[in-house]
Amino acid sequence: MASGSAVDDSAVETSPSVGDEVKYTTCYMCACRCGIRVYLQDGKVRYIQGNPEHPVNGGVLCGKGSAGIMQHYSPARLQKPLKRVGPRGSGEFEAIEWDEALATATEWLGHIRRTDPKKLAFFTGRDQSQSLTGWWASQFGTPNYAAHGGFCSVNMAAGGLYTMGGAFWEFGEPDWERTRYFLMFGVAEDHDSNPIKKGLGTLKERGAKFVSVNPVKNGYSAIADEWVGIRPGTDGLFVMSLIHELLCAGRVDLQYLVRYTNAPWLVIHDPDGADDGLFARDDDGNPLAWDQKEGRLVNALEADITPALRGTYPLPDGRAAVPGFQHLAERYTDPRYAPDRTAETTGVPATVTRRIAAELAHAAFQEEIVLNVPWTDWAGRDHEQMIGRPVAMHAMRGISAHTNGFHTCRAIHILQILLGSVEVPGGFRYKAPFPRPIPPHQKPAGRDPRPETPLGGPPLGFPTGPEDLLVDEANRAVRIDKAYSWEAPLASHGLMHMVITNAWKGDPYPIDTLFLFMANMAWNSSMNTGGVIDMLTDTNPETGEYRIPRIIYSDAYYSEMVAYADLVLPDTTYLERWDCISLLDRPIAEADGPADAIRQPVVEPDRDVRPFQTVLLDLGARLGLPGMVNDDGSPRYPGGYPDYMANHERGPGIGPLAGWRGEDGRQHGRGAPNPDQLQRYIDNQGFWQHTLAPGQRFYKFANKHYLEFATAMGFLGRPEPMVFQLYSEVLQKFRNAANGHGPVQPPDSERERIATHFDPLPVWTPPLEEQAVDTGLYPFHALTQRPMMMYHSWGSQNSWLRQILTRNHLYLHHEQAESLGVGDEDWVWIESPHGRVKAPVRVVEGVNPDTVWTWNAIGKRAGAWRLSHDAPENRQAFLLNHLISELLPPRGDGYRLSNSDPVTGQAAWFDVRVRLRPAEASEYGWSEPRYTPLGEPPDMPEVPDVSRFGAAFRQRKGNG
Amino acid sequence: MTSLPQNETPRKLGLVIDLDICVGCNACVTNCKEWNTGGHSAPLTDLHPYGRDVDGVWFNRVHTFEAGSGRDHRVVHFPKSCLHCETPQCVTVCPTGASYKREEDGIVLVHHDWCIGCKLCAWACPYGAREFDEDAGVMKKCTLCIDRIYNENLNDADRRPACVITCPAGARHFGDLGDPNSAVSRLVAERGGYDLMPELGTQPTNKYLPPRPRRDHAEATGAPDLLEHLDEEDQPGGFLGWVDRLLSR
Amino acid sequence: MHPALSVIFFTTTAGAGYGLLMMLGVLAPIGILPPDRVFGAVALALALALVSTGLFASLFHLSHPERSWRAMLQYRSSWLSREGVAASVTYLPALVFILGWVGVGNTSGTWGLMGVAASFMALVTVLCTAMIYQSLKTIHEWHNSLTLPNYLMLALMSGGVWLSALVHLFGIQAPTVDAYVIAYTAIAWGLKVAYWNHIDTTRHPSTRRTATGIRARGAVRLVDPPHMTDNFLLKEMGFRIARKHALKLRRITHVTAFAVPLVGLVVALVLQGPVAAGGAVVAALSASFGVVLERWLFFAEARHTVMLYYGEGPA
Repeated sequence: MASGSAVDDSAVETSPSVGDEVKYTTCYMCACRCGIRVYLQDGKVRYIQGNPEHPVNGGVLCGKGSAGIMQHYSPARLQKPLKRVGPRGSGEFEAIEWDEALATATEWLGHIRRTDPKKLAFFTGRDQSQSLTGWWASQFGTPNYAAHGGFCSVNMAAGGLYTMGGAFWEFGEPDWERTRYFLMFGVAEDHDSNPIKKGLGTLKERGAKFVSVNPVKNGYSAIADEWVGIRPGTDGLFVMSLIHELLCAGRVDLQYLVRYTNAPWLVIHDPDGADDGLFARDDDGNPLAWDQKEGRLVNALEADITPALRGTYPLPDGRAAVPGFQHLAERYTDPRYAPDRTAETTGVPATVTRRIAAELAHAAFQEEIVLNVPWTDWAGRDHEQMIGRPVAMHAMRGISAHTNGFHTCRAIHILQILLGSVEVPGGFRYKAPFPRPIPPHQKPAGRDPRPETPLGGPPLGFPTGPEDLLVDEANRAVRIDKAYSWEAPLASHGLMHMVITNAWKGDPYPIDTLFLFMANMAWNSSMNTGGVIDMLTDTNPETGEYRIPRIIYSDAYYSEMVAYADLVLPDTTYLERWDCISLLDRPIAEADGPADAIRQPVVEPDRDVRPFQTVLLDLGARLGLPGMVNDDGSPRYPGGYPDYMANHERGPGIGPLAGWRGEDGRQHGRGAPNPDQLQRYIDNQGFWQHTLAPGQRFYKFANKHYLEFATAMGFLGRPEPMVFQLYSEVLQKFRNAANGHGPVQPPDSERERIATHFDPLPVWTPPLEEQAVDTGLYPFHALTQRPMMMYHSWGSQNSWLRQILTRNHLYLHHEQAESLGVGDEDWVWIESPHGRVKAPVRVVEGVNPDTVWTWNAIGKRAGAWRLSHDAPENRQAFLLNHLISELLPPRGDGYRLSNSDPVTGQAAWFDVRVRLRPAEASEYGWSEPRYTPLGEPPDMPEVPDVSRFGAAFRQRKGNG
Repeated sequence: MTSLPQNETPRKLGLVIDLDICVGCNACVTNCKEWNTGGHSAPLTDLHPYGRDVDGVWFNRVHTFEAGSGRDHRVVHFPKSCLHCETPQCVTVCPTGASYKREEDGIVLVHHDWCIGCKLCAWACPYGAREFDEDAGVMKKCTLCIDRIYNENLNDADRRPACVITCPAGARHFGDLGDPNSAVSRLVAERGGYDLMPELGTQPTNKYLPPRPRRDHAEATGAPDLLEHLDEEDQPGGFLGWVDRLLSR
Repeated sequence: MHPALSVIFFTTTAGAGYGLLMMLGVLAPIGILPPDRVFGAVALALALALVSTGLFASLFHLSHPERSWRAMLQYRSSWLSREGVAASVTYLPALVFILGWVGVGNTSGTWGLMGVAASFMALVTVLCTAMIYQSLKTIHEWHNSLTLPNYLMLALMSGGVWLSALVHLFGIQAPTVDAYVIAYTAIAWGLKVAYWNHIDTTRHPSTRRTATGIRARGAVRLVDPPHMTDNFLLKEMGFRIARKHALKLRRITHVTAFAVPLVGLVVALVLQGPVAAGGAVVAALSASFGVVLERWLFFAEARHTVMLYYGEGPA
């Protein structure tokens, strides 16, 4: 190939071997779960490439995934189970055998289960096996279970599931191929990673307009056609102004609203009644609408009715009712949502808001898409065409992580729905198993946990009224994180950020064991990091015991949290394990059809470590948990997690993996366990995908053939359409309870808060911390986000990723920098009402002037992650978490509520307010606060001073 | 031979990088590292990989720039690797012949076994495309994945540089810029692809596509500047009056 | 540019050696220097020692000195290769010349021609060295027509001062030598002043804008570099010297490389005996120090275009 050159090109081997073997598995460098092709040579990982056939990434692979080799060979990998021998946080451990580790855990957990199972708090972090871990908690009998969603993006999930049976990311995606206008809110490198990048590339090639609403102009915002540098926490108000403009101009899709939403449903008007604001229903519980043609009340779910969207209509009992849409229209046409009135708060000029509203309407209605694809609606009516409104939206952390996030998320979905752009060509598209019923038919279980008794269902679910809350007779929270209590009624993902604080306080009760998986709660995954460290090590002065008596932790790496565990169960790396990316869990499906995937070990562990899920099943068997043992008490899944993946049935014929079910492997979705199932996945490059027929691909919420398919697959209980809930009756039920109605009412202290925040229509309130602090004293919003090459990852131990960002800066708008008299690399104190951090500055223009921001989790604690103690991560990098309190300032009665969305309990990372003070020159050069370095577990591998990874591959090649 | 090919190379393989699409994710950076640390130039050594002064060999890096202000303000993520120049000064300065430009495709390579580590090529390259491996004592550089693009052990789709196959946004293109009809050449022509530091006469093969004009004003989308609100005159009852129509479910 | 000690040591030492050789190879054959075998032995030994030590030092700059023979191969395109060839070739006439002068005591005729040849090759070597730097378009401070004459005159000056010192120490009457060296020093000084003036008043045509092609109105500013720690490029090309510091070092260079040597040489020329010898030795020592400083500045003040990508240079 390379001959013909005048140069001696003989040293260039153009066709070297790429490896001895290629294996397909699923990436775990973040939560995106791309398919990867792993090339192996001499038993080592030679190269990781995106799998071109995979539905998520189609061959591409991001900066994290491409650095997987260094993750896998990290010297921070734990080697063996550890038992703490020094004080917590010292890092003094003794290596023990697995038998001892499992016996210890079984003894601790067995005692709890026999006495009071809720004294086990089992919380998992970046867990991709929540259908297993949640089930395990349920079988154990503790309601105290959640993954990291509560401090990640539960507002997004809950806002969507309570409005339209799905949300962004795993629930759906923009129609990248067809959309003309893409509006993105508050997304850094959040969910999801590669599909968004691929999509943006596609979109820009096609000449569609991309608008990014984000206080920070970086990453995706940098390539947007228009950057709207909004003030943090005001997106909801901005969206309501867009809705105002569309409504006032009559540019909403009324036909769509009538057909697919609850806009016509009649809302009872009875200000003092217990059911004021609820939907008027017939005797069968069907919502009512007023049929304009027939001039009478009709079942609003019937097809072919001609329902009114406004007016006041008499109910049979003589009370009046008005369509929900009228409430919505009256609210948002109010002049207080006019762009001129919101501009000062949002920082978005009124002209911009008006123009974007006009552009949205133009794209939706003037650039309508018509696909000549016949389909059948839920009522069996055939349609020749699919009408598309090519406006798509996406939102994530920047919207979620505020105390007003739930309503903002709802507002965004309502904007989409008003434009008729949900699940239509060019709009937002669901990914199976979504859409789900609104909200999904799954209530949180565990109101009355009992010894040796499984919960009645999964610990996490979707309350539809106060009666579904997990509170005891005294109205106190049942869960340690107070999820589903009056503090956070719709806490669908729990409140992981409150577990340690509440357990330390013993509020609502003390626990015995905190069992964590893959959650760095002693560092970057906690608010108030310093406080959390103190709580983890605080002892009861009377007994001398730790206030949180026992901590079991499973992690693959020596993270900060490991040093605070009493018992450490070392996990494998992602290339050494089995996993299932299940439709029962957080799926990876695409809009054109459902998909799931496996992770398979591509290399064997060279250490005495075990995959966490296998360990969990082993513990389950040792504890005799129902479903994890056979009748004779022997383990049900002796083969560990892969055994479970293939053989577990959640319902009849429904298992963790949907592909190749049935004894002959010919069934999909439902079917008996197939002993060859995993091999079939391996043969198919690690994933299963079903492609929907063209007529099933849109309007899935009301598409007969899709709904039937989804029911057959087990995604839905019945093939019934989903009706979008613009006006939320669920929220109104809570509000009514707060107003003194119904058997379950909030304690008096919570009534006003519930009444305010459980508005059936999205409402914008300033972030709660902003309401409680003097914003004149703390003029800046402070944001923290993960960089693209580290999002949802463990970057600092990765010798390639860390080279890109060994330290972070505080990005500051140049006008503010000038007035403070600071420039690049000058150091400042960042002070919040909660704490202070010292950091170096970088001056930029692309940021909202009232906002400062930095990259998250670059700062590390010396001793962790096997970095040298003088590494920049330990010396110059900083963590904003120290400034953010997990509690709001005390209210009148002295009680401190969690710093969370009052509806969902979502951690309000982005509400924090700060001020800046230039540091003295003598204070330059190192960040603060600093902590004493952690000690190191025994037998950790040597940290190389020079890494020549890959040299061996070439040497071998040279030898032949 | 560090004399350049006598005649223009029949093919000019190179990259076209779309600054309109690059989001600065560093995928090309780490995937390049990953492939090449076990490839033709193996290893891409990292010094003090877990220490204070961590420093590794990288063939591709992303810089982030800002320019302009107000409405003209832009943030540009800017990936940069060897541009495989037509008149590469890094090659002609090499005293040993270790640096050379391939006649058949124009790729600039280093014969590592000949390199004496004088670093003069790094001084001669305006772009910082030369990477000295202190541990091995030789100069390394982007090979345009010479061990991928002709590799008969890979399927056709994979015979592209690692940075190109991995780019999630599709901001990197690979092809023959010597062929005016190639996809990359057409892209360069359509989008006004340009050279870096053209004033130095290096004639880079790689081209950069400038960010497209921002569609941040109404005319760009064909939409009006604002929506006319329904008023009482045109629409009795205003918006709610407009809503009053017979629509069937 | 990083002022690597090995390169500074090589260029200054070998430069002085070649400068000395250039003068010996011509002044002896034309009779300005006597064919004194001891003097010849010492002077030529010094010249070759300087040259050889310098070349040896340059090998230390290489990571693979065992492959340095390869550096001879690319003389058709590479000034570094040409320098290597010229430096090697210089040894042949130089050794014959030594044989004539030291062995036979004859510096005329064919022996003398060999001296002239050695002198010529020394000149070629110095010019090649200078061209290595002058040819680099990436570095404005080097890529200009003053670099070559600067190198040449500094070589002659720094070799010349030692010749003058030796002449006086041997008590040889050769005022022409002093006169030549005074002239070299004055010219070198003038060239250095012109050089500094040039780099202070002109700049490289490349800017951050041409380096990136970013066409937005207003300055192009670096927000984030690709790494937070220094990489090879920054270590090699990112060296910065504060303007104030550079000016101070330039002043010291003026004094030590040029002013003091001139005074010393004038003393040597005008006066006699030990005082003259002392003047010449002071001139030699001071100039040698000054030239090292000059060479350090030559690197330290040089800015490479790659730094535009790291936020430096004109926007």
